[in-house]
Amino acid sequence: MGNYGTRRLIMSQPRQSPIVCCDEGLYEVTLLDAERALIAKLMAELAELVEDDSQADMLTRLFPTALPNDPEAEAEFQDMVRRELIATRIERFKNTTNTAQEGVLNREQLEDWMGAVNDVRLVLGTQLDISQQEDIEELDADDPNAMAQSAYWFFGWLLEHIVATLANEP
Amino acid sequence: MSPTAPLEAPVEIAPADIREPDNEMFVVSDRPWKVIVWNDPINLMSYVTFVFQKLFGYSKEKATKLMLDVHQKGRAVVSDGPREKAEMDVFRLHEHGLWATMEHDD
Repeated sequence: MGNYGTRRLIMSQPRQSPIVCCDEGLYEVTLLDAERALIAKLMAELAELVEDDSQADMLTRLFPTALPNDPEAEAEFQDMVRRELIATRIERFKNTTNTAQEGVLNREQLEDWMGAVNDVRLVLGTQLDISQQEDIEELDADDPNAMAQSAYWFFGWLLEHIVATLANEP
Repeated sequence: MSPTAPLEAPVEIAPADIREPDNEMFVVSDRPWKVIVWNDPINLMSYVTFVFQKLFGYSKEKATKLMLDVHQKGRAVVSDGPREKAEMDVFRLHEHGLWATMEHDD
């Protein structure tokens, strides 16, 4: 499993948690405008991609094989679940795009964020070919993947805080 | 048994009605399945632990132990049961982006 890279956060200053539980099942979201724009943009793009071509190479991690040793049973399983898996993902991406500018989310909305942010990390991680326990140490600005790399770190940082906040709820 | 059924009522059972269950079919359809989660370099450890708690109602301790098994040993059995339950569990794990497979518990 990965870590989001505390040693090399894109943010140079320590930041407070972007997701804080206020009360009555509501969560306060503190993010920069550019970060909210990135969330909205990537989620919208992924919703479109999943809708148009769920077989795309970069989406392989979103649709794993359930029965790798039994092609017939695997085909049956995929027949049964694939459409619903696609629908769930599109809905989560769209919901997250639609709430990207919100200052306060309810738990259901935040759980949509959690699923969508994890999906984004799976897609970016596949694209970046993250295959080691340790992810890449330094960001090279000339690297054509620099944007994807910094997005991958950002979403890891965001996910870590979403999970910490949700997991500490009674 | 119905309380109004006469105790002395003659009982006739046609031999054709007493059939052994088809043993092979029975074993195949009821054999328990294991749901396995595999390690991957992308999913966060805290996220995986939280998903185990959320989907299976496991305690934080149990979910953490399973997550560490996945992380250190490469895989862990996270649930088991009849085929339909295993399929549902795999589906929910896939919904949450975890790399899950299912196999017979031989």
